[in-house]
Amino acid sequence: MKTMQVCLKVNGESKQWTIAPGDVLLDVLRREAYFGVKRGCETGECGACTVLVNDKAINSCLMFAAQAEGCDVLTIEGLTHGDELDTLQEAFLDHGAVQCGYCTPGMILNAKALLMRRPHPTEEEVRDLLAGNFCRCTGYRKPVEAVLAAAQVGDLHTKGKKTTRRAGATRP
Amino acid sequence: MNSERSIVGTNSRRVDGIKLVTGRPAFTDDIHLPGMLCGKILPSPHAHARIKRIDTRKAKALPGVHAVLTYKDVPRVPHTTAGQSWPEPSPYDTYLLDSKVRFVGDRVAAVAAENRAIAEEALRLIAVEYEVLPAILEIEQAMIDGAPVIHDEPDSQGIHDARHNLAGYILKEIGDVEGGFRESDLIIEREFRTQRQQHCPIEPHITISWLDSDNRLVIRTSTQVPYHTRRQVAMILQIPVQRVHVIKPRIGGGFGGKQEMLLEDICGALALAARRPVKIEYTRQEEFYMARSRHPQLLHIKMGVKRDGTLMANKMTVLATTGAYGSHANTVQGNTGSKVLPIYRTPNMRFECHVVYTNTPVAGAFRGYGCPQGYFAQESAMDEIAYTLGMDPVELRKKNMIRLGDIDELSAQLGEGRKGLPRHIRSCGLPECLERGAAAIDWASKRQALPEKSGHLRRGVGVACSMQGSGISGVDWAAALLKLNEDGSFNLQVGAADLGTGADTVLAQIAAETLGVTLDKLIVCSGDTDFTPFDVGAYASSTTIISGGAVKKASEKVRDHLLRLASKMLEVPIDNLTCRDNQVVTKCACAKSVSMEDLAHYAMYKEKVQVMENASHWNTDSPPPFCAQFAEVEVDTETGHIRVIHLVTAVDLGVAINPMQAEGQSEGAVAQSLGYALCEEMMLDDSGRMVNPSFLDYKMFTAKDMPKLTTILVETEEPLGPYGAKSIAEVPINAPAPAVANAIFHAVGVRFRKLPIRPEDVLRALREKKV
Repeated sequence: MKTMQVCLKVNGESKQWTIAPGDVLLDVLRREAYFGVKRGCETGECGACTVLVNDKAINSCLMFAAQAEGCDVLTIEGLTHGDELDTLQEAFLDHGAVQCGYCTPGMILNAKALLMRRPHPTEEEVRDLLAGNFCRCTGYRKPVEAVLAAAQVGDLHTKGKKTTRRAGATRP
Repeated sequence: MNSERSIVGTNSRRVDGIKLVTGRPAFTDDIHLPGMLCGKILPSPHAHARIKRIDTRKAKALPGVHAVLTYKDVPRVPHTTAGQSWPEPSPYDTYLLDSKVRFVGDRVAAVAAENRAIAEEALRLIAVEYEVLPAILEIEQAMIDGAPVIHDEPDSQGIHDARHNLAGYILKEIGDVEGGFRESDLIIEREFRTQRQQHCPIEPHITISWLDSDNRLVIRTSTQVPYHTRRQVAMILQIPVQRVHVIKPRIGGGFGGKQEMLLEDICGALALAARRPVKIEYTRQEEFYMARSRHPQLLHIKMGVKRDGTLMANKMTVLATTGAYGSHANTVQGNTGSKVLPIYRTPNMRFECHVVYTNTPVAGAFRGYGCPQGYFAQESAMDEIAYTLGMDPVELRKKNMIRLGDIDELSAQLGEGRKGLPRHIRSCGLPECLERGAAAIDWASKRQALPEKSGHLRRGVGVACSMQGSGISGVDWAAALLKLNEDGSFNLQVGAADLGTGADTVLAQIAAETLGVTLDKLIVCSGDTDFTPFDVGAYASSTTIISGGAVKKASEKVRDHLLRLASKMLEVPIDNLTCRDNQVVTKCACAKSVSMEDLAHYAMYKEKVQVMENASHWNTDSPPPFCAQFAEVEVDTETGHIRVIHLVTAVDLGVAINPMQAEGQSEGAVAQSLGYALCEEMMLDDSGRMVNPSFLDYKMFTAKDMPKLTTILVETEEPLGPYGAKSIAEVPINAPAPAVANAIFHAVGVRFRKLPIRPEDVLRALREKKV
């Protein structure tokens, strides 16, 4: 079988991998134990395999690994800083936006790309965006709420204010 | 409900949340095993055929192929793939591999090879000569004289009437329906048709199997039923149960589709043949037509009422198809009667159902389990009765609904494939569900407002009610094991299967509440047949009430043990002690206390005793959760497009152990039901092949399509549930479809009795009616 080398950065670390020319990025990332990249349909419809390539959300099942040459790839594993969760990850937990959790990494990364380019999205923009991430568990209300809440928290961060968390909030 | 509770009733974060949002390896596929092979199944291209000759020599000779199996290579053991308690109520009509195929997608052969490309090439090299047989694709054709017989094999068991393709038959009557109709002032008689819907978990079915160092068969699999799977695989592969170890890792959604032993047997057979680890993972396309689906039904309903709206008789007659095999055939259809008709007090009820085989993809368990079909028919008919009598649809329902203290006798007639137990209604929040739901959608004023008669956008509102069960009474049972560690933490080991529902969190909340410790002190391990005690699994809305009941009992036993130890250690009478805030403390003013950690040290190193208890639990009743759902829709009379604007769910779930998770369960069910109402359908061509097996062509509701959701938890105190809990997972999937259909009628005056209600159906109907 023909092989080739691909050089890229994954979560900030330089990698040089031997791949087959036809390998898709999803398969290579999972082979390299980035298990947060999920396989849902392999045809670019469900969004479970979403990763960021140069800050742009893409379906890694539709991209050849060879096309990632020289790119910066961010997977869900790269979103945490040590034990510190990203604002979006915190919001997903606090708002009950995670059920089975299979679509969660893709949803969070897609939302991350959105918030990087539009820090204050409207609910409609969030819904337009998340239409590319299928979730069969939540009915989408809580994920949408979580993204909007994360945007607000991010806003507080930039203003240097202390953030408040809703963790373990009790019922009235 | 009780202000003294500190953990039950709170929106605790999921105990498994961090690993999910960080993408840590948790799911079946998130491991690499040295030498792991790729398993693939050769699907039948024909709806009905006999394998005349099958030649695997070329496939076996292909470099990289390690095993090729056909019916000639495996034991022939009739079984059902339905993951149900033994003895299973579903017919034993399925074989690991067979010389006959009964639907497009049925197993012909299986291979294990070094990688996917080689496995797929090996499938192409298997030469099969088929004798193609006439097929039955339409539900109405199955019982006609002279129809091809789908299960003509002599060794299947438990089929009601194989010669007439009848997998199951049910007939139950309470009172005298014909007498009831004679006493009625109005009789409504209608036909409804429901489609084949697929579960579409985002994680398709996947199994990895290998032989461990003790030569035991390990099966790591995405399942709702680890214990049933162990028993079924052992029987099918003819090895002792002792040699099978089933591990349920994290599950990426199931919705009933994984209450099925689906890949585990063939994956295990390949691992045994190849002596190497084997993984089989369905592609999305395979998931559509080679997994399971909701049973399509033709429903005939006849209801009789007095002029004042009092229901006198309710007769439902169903023709359902289970597809090529009878997985859950009797029990799903039994539910269509037992969990639907009794929601209204009717002195005379009759339910009859024929469940037929057809050469179509196999139906199985799917959230709601027969109820969405039944409620679509019944709640649409109720709406028609209300309009005909000039009554408010909410009032008609209030007048007839089941009440606190009632006994539902139909459930006693229709048990889990056998005689069941009557249902006593010990908690019922249905009146409050109707009231609060109606207020949330602004029912009174939206009903009053005459639908806009001009313009192409017409709005309307509709209502529908439903109930479900909480576990299968007298059948479902679970066990829990709780062990104290020396730092004051506890291992909670349960056979229950969290498939994304939040069960691990809810069970930990029940344990933490009972033990007086914080949630972070619980280490949950669930669904491993070597390391957790028995549980029937996650289905029939049973986990909170049945597994939760076991957890509460085990926790109470551990708490009693801790109090005995603390009494000795602190020299305080036991009835002066209580567990609170990770300590055992005195109730009196003397304020003595010992932390759980110190108490654990005392137990282990002074008393030399392991504090560890297990408990088992089952119920003699299945307390129903209740639900009232309201839809507001907008119909575009030019395009036929239906937009759901607002969907209100008011649900009586008993006490909500975790309200935030309960809301999430409800909203997910609503999304699936809206798809059922308006767009989801597995479509077959005239050769029985599914024409839309992809997310592009099988349309589900996305974030963009979803209406505004209002979810109201109406809490009641259920005496049979742990901390008063009933269930939530299934009941909200039953009524959105009829609520939408009723709202469409309110908007444009047309009744739709076939699902899904597609734009082309709407346009056609509007043209006929000249709206």
